[in-house]
Formats: sequence, C-alpha cells, structure tokens
Amino acid sequence: MLKLIWLIPLLPLAGVILNGVFGRRLPLKAVGTIACLAVLAAFGISIGAILELAELPEGVRQFETDVATWLPLGDLGTGSDLTIPWGFGLDPLSSVLLLVVTGVGFLIHVYSVGYMSHERDYARFFIYLNLFMAMMLLLVLGNNLLVLFVGWEGVGLCSYLLIGFYYDRPFDERTGLTCADAGRKAFIVNRIGDFAFLIGLLYLVLEFGTLKFTELNTALAGHHAPGWMLTGIGLLLFLGACGKSAQIPLYVWLPDAMAGPTPVSALIHAATMVTAGVYMVCRMSALYSATPEAMAIIAAVGAATALFAASMGITATDIKKVLAYSTVSQLGFMFAAAGVGAYVAAIFHLMTHAFFKALLFLGAGSVIHGLHGQQDIRKMGGLRSKMPATFVTFFVAMLAITGIPGLAGFFSKDEILAGAWNSGNRVVWVVLSVAALITAFYMMRLTWLVFFGKYRGDESTGSKAHESPALMTIPLMILAALSVVGGYVGVPAVMSGWVGLGDVNKLHHWLAPALTEPHGAGHGAEVAHEAGMETMLILVATFVALLGIALAWMVYRKDGAAAAWAKRFGPVHHLLRNLYWVDEFYELVVLRPFYAASRFFAAVDRWVVDGLVNATGVTAEISGQVIKLFQTGLVRNYALMFMFGVLVILYYVIRAI
Amino acid sequence: MEPQWILVLSAVLFTMGAFGVLWNRGAITILMCVEIMLNSANLTFITFARQFDQAEGQIYAFFVMTLAAAEAAVGLAIVIALFRLRESTDVDELNLLKW
Repeated sequence: MLKLIWLIPLLPLAGVILNGVFGRRLPLKAVGTIACLAVLAAFGISIGAILELAELPEGVRQFETDVATWLPLGDLGTGSDLTIPWGFGLDPLSSVLLLVVTGVGFLIHVYSVGYMSHERDYARFFIYLNLFMAMMLLLVLGNNLLVLFVGWEGVGLCSYLLIGFYYDRPFDERTGLTCADAGRKAFIVNRIGDFAFLIGLLYLVLEFGTLKFTELNTALAGHHAPGWMLTGIGLLLFLGACGKSAQIPLYVWLPDAMAGPTPVSALIHAATMVTAGVYMVCRMSALYSATPEAMAIIAAVGAATALFAASMGITATDIKKVLAYSTVSQLGFMFAAAGVGAYVAAIFHLMTHAFFKALLFLGAGSVIHGLHGQQDIRKMGGLRSKMPATFVTFFVAMLAITGIPGLAGFFSKDEILAGAWNSGNRVVWVVLSVAALITAFYMMRLTWLVFFGKYRGDESTGSKAHESPALMTIPLMILAALSVVGGYVGVPAVMSGWVGLGDVNKLHHWLAPALTEPHGAGHGAEVAHEAGMETMLILVATFVALLGIALAWMVYRKDGAAAAWAKRFGPVHHLLRNLYWVDEFYELVVLRPFYAASRFFAAVDRWVVDGLVNATGVTAEISGQVIKLFQTGLVRNYALMFMFGVLVILYYVIRAI
Repeated sequence: MEPQWILVLSAVLFTMGAFGVLWNRGAITILMCVEIMLNSANLTFITFARQFDQAEGQIYAFFVMTLAAAEAAVGLAIVIALFRLRESTDVDELNLLKW
C-alpha cells in the first residue's frame, strides 16, 4: 500500500473527472455516491499505507516516491541538482494529516449528500469538493515544497469556488458583500500571503539549492546560512501561512468565507485547508527551530489572534460566524503552540480541532437545514427537543472545544498551554488562557441561544423545524465519538501517571521523529519532573473552562439579560459588534490608496500610453482626409494632374541632359 | 521640307490635343483630341525615321495606329454604354467614382 500513496490524490481527481463529464446526466444519488466512494477509497489506501509505515522501525519511518519529473532544472549554479519531481512522501507528520483529511473529509462528503439534496448545481458542488480533496491530499503528500505549493494554490482555488458557490446571493448586510464578493475577498487576501510564500520558496532555493523536505532538513541540521536569512525565509513562509490559516493580519477573509455552503465551511474552513499553514510550519520545523526570532513572532501572532478572534466571537449573531471566529482563534492556538516549539501539541490540536470543529459546523448546518436557512441565533432557541441528535452531538463538541476534562479538546489544549508555560513564554500562556476563557464563554452562549430557552423565531418556521435525515446525523455521531475519544492518543504523561499508567502518549512518540524541536526548550511531555506544576496548569485550564461556561450561563440564562449586559459594557459591545472596524481600517489604509493609485495609472494608460497610439492613428487619418480631396471623380482633373506630372518629369529629364 | 518644321507642326498638334482633352467636356471630343495627340506623336516618329534613314520609327507608327484603333473601339463602346445609362456624354457629370 505504501507504494500506492501517489494514488491517494488521484482518486478524488478521478471523481472530479467522472462527475465533471457525466455529472449533469447522472441521477443525484449516483453523483453523490461517486464523490463519496472516491474519498472513501483514498481513506482506505491511506489507512493501508499508514499501517505499513507503522511497521517500519522508528528511526526510518519515512517513505518517498517520485512519480514523474516535473521541472528538470538541473544545476542552477547552486551546486546541487534542482530537479523538481512530482514526488509524494509519507511520514508520521503527513500521516496524521492524511487520516484527518480523508477521514473527516469522507464524513463531510456523506453529510453533504443529505445537506445539498435540495440544491441546484448538485454535481458542481461535488466536483469542487472532490477537487478540493485532491488538492488537499497533494498538499499533504507532496515531498517537496513546490508540490505542496501546487496543492496550496489548488485548495485556495477550490475555497474560492466553494465560497462563491451561491454566487448570485447576497451575503452580509453590514458590508454589503455578495457571496461572489466573499469568494473574491478570500482569494485576494490569500494571494497576498501566497506571494510572500513564493518569495520564501525562491530564497530557500537560493540558500539551500533544494526544496525537498528531507534534503532541507539535512541541510538545516548543519546549516551555515546567516541567521537573518533563516528568519527572513521563516517569516515569509509564515506570512503565507497567515493567509491560508487566517491569522492576523490576514484573517479577514475567513469570517466572510461562511458565505459558502455549510459542509464547505466544515471541511475547508475548519477542519482541513485552514490548518495547512500549521502543517507547513510544522513541516518546516527544522527551519523554524533554527530561528528563535521567527518562532517568537509566530507565537506572538498566534496568541494575539487567538485572543482577538475569540473576543469577536462573543457578539457575532450568525451561527456560522461565531464558529468562524472560533476557528480563527483555535488556529491561533495552534500557531502559538508551533511558535513555542510544541509542534506535537500543534498537530494534536489540529487533529482534535478537526473533529470537534467539523462537528460544530455540521451541527450548525443541521440546525440551518432544519430551520430552512435561518442562520441568526437571535431567532433560534429551544431546539433541544426538536433536534435531539443534533443537540447532543453539538453539546459534546461544545464541551470538547471548551476543554472539559476527558474530551479531545481538553488534552490538546492542555498540551498547548503546558508547552507555552514550559517554553518560558509566560505571556503567551496568559493570553491563551484568557482566550480559552472567552472560548468557553462564546461556545456556551452559542449553545444556549440555539438549543435552550424559548424559541424566538417566527412560528411558521419554528413549527416546521425538524431533525435532519440519518445521512446527516450519522456523520455527526461519528464525529461526536471522535471528539470524545480522539484525545486519548495523546494523553500527557503527567495525566496517565495519575492512574498508574506509564507514558502512553502515542501521538508524541509517533510524531516526534518527524519534527525538529528547538534546542534547549523543554516540551510538555518531557518535563515530567515538573509534574506538580503541570497538574496546577491542568487545574487552572479546567477552572477557566468551567468559569467561561458559568459566566455565559449567567448572562444568557434569562431572555433580555444579555441586552442589559451589552448596555453595561456599551463601548466594548459596540467595538466588538463592529469587529474592531478592521475591515474599515483595511479599506482606508489599503484599499483606498490602492484604488487611488489604480485610477491614476488608469489615467496614465488612457491619456499617455493610449494617447501615443491614438496619435499615430490620427496622423494617418488626417493625411488621408487631406489627400482624398484630390480624388474628385472628375476625369479632366485627373488629366490635368497627369499633365502637370508629365511636365515635371520632363523638366527634370531635360535638365539632366 | 526641313524636318524642324514638321516637328514644330507635331508639337502644335500635340498641344492642341492636350488642351482639347483638358478643355472639352464631351467624351467624343476628348477621344478625338486623344487621337490628335497620338497622331502628332506618329508624325514625330516618321520625321525622325526619315531624318536618320531608319525603319524603326515607321514600325512604331504602325504600332501606335493599331493601338489608337483599339483605343477608339473601346472608348467609343464605353461612351455608348454611358450614353444609354445617363443620356449624356458630359464627363463632368460622371463623377461618382470618388471617396
């Protein structure tokens, strides 16, 4: 199976081609089945390949295969052979991503079959979705940065296509965006990051003469590159990750990406694509570990994003936007983890987050489906009894993301916080803890407003509210189960110590060989001697989660109480409601000058460049206008001119004699 | 007779023909003036043929006569066609072929 990993991205691509060619003529069921089977097959091969990978001894758990040569560049004066192959590789790091992408991806595909059943363009949706899977798998499996970049751009394209799926519908009344605008916004913001990413790649080539991960790691192990160069490359790549993974300053596209269908938000904008940046940073851990400056910036940006986005989640009223800010915030947690050197924790949280955030989004989709398109949480409430399966699974996910002990999010978030504490970067720890508190608050708020209390929408929709079909609820249940047990692959040593088990942190042992950790920095699972401290941290984290939930319960328990609180914190509420005016700020600082410059250059183009071209034409035309006057149509005029001509020639001929 | 007088006659005939072409508006008259110009040229050819005792000039004169006959045939045919169409042979009225 290991030799077949190149097939994994090709299977969804086959689905794209099948549905693309025959999709319009096939019945809906066939389209959905093809799409799901393509992903299921990829999932099957992935499992087989990973099982085979696990049998290899720990030090050499790695497999690479080059399917074809892509760019035979040869020696570009760098002293090393820069041939870029279509190369695929599997190692512990990509295996985790592979399972998440194909596994969660498959569940979301199944869910989509139910969710999209009433939509037009059913085939188009599944073509995009399968294309996304192919690109994401290419991103994960690429064994060099350029193949990764192809996938990186490919998922960006699919994200754009799927955000703008309802291209003719309006989306946001505050900013007046349509769904198509939201897609464009995502694409353009990503482009800024990708530009930096590409420059980073070119510098890597200049400095190391290769883009293969294995060769880069070897080169970095004995690197002689100047530190500022590594920092610069690291930051350029990180800016690319900022775009893809929605970090400050490029996070603005993700909340608007909610214009896409809900399964898309779950798959692309929660579970997989947006985590590509985290994956890339962990993949380049050898580079980042060699440059503490870049690491510090990543940690700072991650922590700031975690807090900043979480605060905006408090006042959002669109069920999907709350989850979108939550995703930005959780991605901030992952980057903060990577920034303090806790790469394992970052990947662990990436995995558990994929489970519970996909579940939250799919649950939200189920609610929206049941309420016939209603997304405003102010018009929901009391849906607990009407949608029992959705409620229970959503509630589990809510507990998981807030970090209630025993659920997946608890373990991974704890590991991040422990990593931040142990790295000595206490500010990051404090900021992340506050972010965790706010996370618990807005998640409880969301759950309460949707499922508890009285129904606040109009009666006609409310009476028709119904539980979603099994095709949608079964994926929810599977994801709920994963949100509960998914954390047990990475139980920190200190916790397993409580119940008398040794170090059972399987994930850490699995991932550690694939990652290069910074020198000197301790790591969560390795500092068992600080067990007392870590127990304290766990207790604090748990307390914070419970406190957040309790606060939200206090505020939202009674109808109308929330409005009173909003009044009491008037300015803050106003600030949050308007999302810190970041979009407006970008409009003023980036877009306005850009438009002004565009208008200026448009004028230059129109009057100077076009002016020169037009002047040529005008000259020819005026000459023509003058010369045409000689063509009178009168034969005798011609005869006269002819005679003058002859006389002139005759004069010159005679004079020459 | 002195050849120069014949050449002067030829020049006078040619000038008459040329001004006739420019002055007249009737298509038939113009054709006739063209004939006068051609024949003045013939006169020159023959004069020089006699002057230098060579046959080429005479041969050229025959060529020009053939050409003049053909020209007259085609020209008259055009004039007749024009007259049928417009009931006039005034060339100043035939000014449609222009910009």
